[in-house]
Amino acid sequence: MANYSTNEFKSGLKVMLDNDPCAIVDNELVKPGKGQAFNRVKLRNLKTGRVWERTFKSGESIEAADVMEVDMEYLYTDGEMWHFMRTDGSFEQYAVDGKALGDTVKWLKEQVVYTITLWNDNAIAVTAPNFIELEVVETDPGLKGDTANGGSKPATLSSGAVVRVPLFINQGEVLKVDTRSAEYVSRA
Amino acid sequence: MSDADSSAAASPLSAAAAPGAALAEDWAPTATRERLVQRARLISEVRTFFAEREVLEVETPVLGQAGSTDVGLASLSLTAQLPGERERVPLWLQTSPEFHMKRLLAAGSGPIFQIARAFRDGEVSRRHNPEFCMLEWYRPGMCLEALMTETCELIRRVMALGAQLTGKPSLLSESQDAQIGPAITPYRALFRRVLALDPFTASLEELRAACARECEVAADDWSHETCLDALMSLVIEPTLGSGSQGAEAQGAGAQGRGAQGIEAQGKATVELVTEYPAAQAALARKHQDSEGDWVASRFEAYVAGIELANGYDELTDASEQAARFAEDNAARVAQGLPEVAADQRLVAALQAGMPAGSGVALGLDRLIMLALGERDISAVIAFPASRA
Repeated sequence: MANYSTNEFKSGLKVMLDNDPCAIVDNELVKPGKGQAFNRVKLRNLKTGRVWERTFKSGESIEAADVMEVDMEYLYTDGEMWHFMRTDGSFEQYAVDGKALGDTVKWLKEQVVYTITLWNDNAIAVTAPNFIELEVVETDPGLKGDTANGGSKPATLSSGAVVRVPLFINQGEVLKVDTRSAEYVSRA
Repeated sequence: MSDADSSAAASPLSAAAAPGAALAEDWAPTATRERLVQRARLISEVRTFFAEREVLEVETPVLGQAGSTDVGLASLSLTAQLPGERERVPLWLQTSPEFHMKRLLAAGSGPIFQIARAFRDGEVSRRHNPEFCMLEWYRPGMCLEALMTETCELIRRVMALGAQLTGKPSLLSESQDAQIGPAITPYRALFRRVLALDPFTASLEELRAACARECEVAADDWSHETCLDALMSLVIEPTLGSGSQGAEAQGAGAQGRGAQGIEAQGKATVELVTEYPAAQAALARKHQDSEGDWVASRFEAYVAGIELANGYDELTDASEQAARFAEDNAARVAQGLPEVAADQRLVAALQAGMPAGSGVALGLDRLIMLALGERDISAVIAFPASRA
């Protein structure tokens, strides 16, 4: 695999750090008038999502990470693994384990397209689309007439996620939800 | 950080990969007209400052047949067709106007200043542009302490006018050095204060351990010099002139860095650092400090964690100057860096005799940025490198 010098650093670049694939989030040159220059870099660990801060001597190189982000449709789970299929016409399938899936498990719906992060062709992370439509499978009965900004109540969605919804929402309704904040947006 | 800041910070790095659509908007300057008007007013104030002191404004070439050998500086160069030469001649864009100005001093110019274009390859950040504006001035017969005071006066005057022009409160505290003179701290005392270690006696292992602890680095193969530079630039510098000292500044490593800059409004000070290790003397004289170690007769000025100026009790010894050029180029070869033609005309000028005195170079774009309450120099430059 290739190396990247600090000169090539920019946000989005995928590199290896402590044996984990990372994406550069921020890169700042620190250069005194006299003396050595340094790059202070923020990197997001693509396996854990955690952000690291590291400093490199300018001119140092680090290994590139073979990371790709690919659109895939969710197919099914066999109870142990979750199966996805590429949408590029290759129909190639990938099995994703619970660790890589992480919290996205609560936003899974068949035939919806997710972004899968592949490292050396293995799935290491799954990102849900920003908005998704899901059915309410359980919530307290809706209050008639309460359509304005009133209170809210918890509702369990078909994927397993629990979100706060307005009081007028009923079981069986399909809602548009923001997966990043786990917030109700509207009726679908 | 505002949206404008983050886009300006990202643009120089992403420029090459920018899609065509972005180029359509790239024609416009990054500084507003208001900022350009204020910038012009501040530069005019700088000229007034020196006129009042009878310091002569000069102009010297930006392109020279010799360049800066300094190992920490990367020069831009080009070739030109000169009369009588068969091959094109390599020329260097100056990294500062120092050499030409010293030749003027040797020719008897008396005190001089210049607002010059300087060029440093690869320097792009919120505080760097590869082409920038440097204010440099020389005071024959003036001691370094007097020049430090004058540097503070200039900084305070420009900062005060900037606050007046923008209507924003000045970053600088009113009270600080107006009465008690500038805050001056020797390099050794700084390391003791912030890191509780002595940069002159600490072992390489101690320095590497401090780097690993404070700067989130794998410093196992770093040299003594690299460790000192890292601790100074990454740990100590952000605390300088921020109005926080001692206990507050201590341990202001990774977590404390965000606190630097504009948040220091009304609390920042002009802080001067002196007595750098002899290895960092560059073109300054050396002397022995109170503990008997050789140190550089050099100072740096900081405001709100930002390096603004670098001054020397100027080296006037021609053979010492020639030796330092040779050492620099030897270090360049050892590090795989290109050699730079040393300025033999400067050596000759020193031989002819340059009056003893002090000189200082100040990053004018940065001072204007601070004076106008900006956080990114692209807000006070019409066209940074990404749009040039």
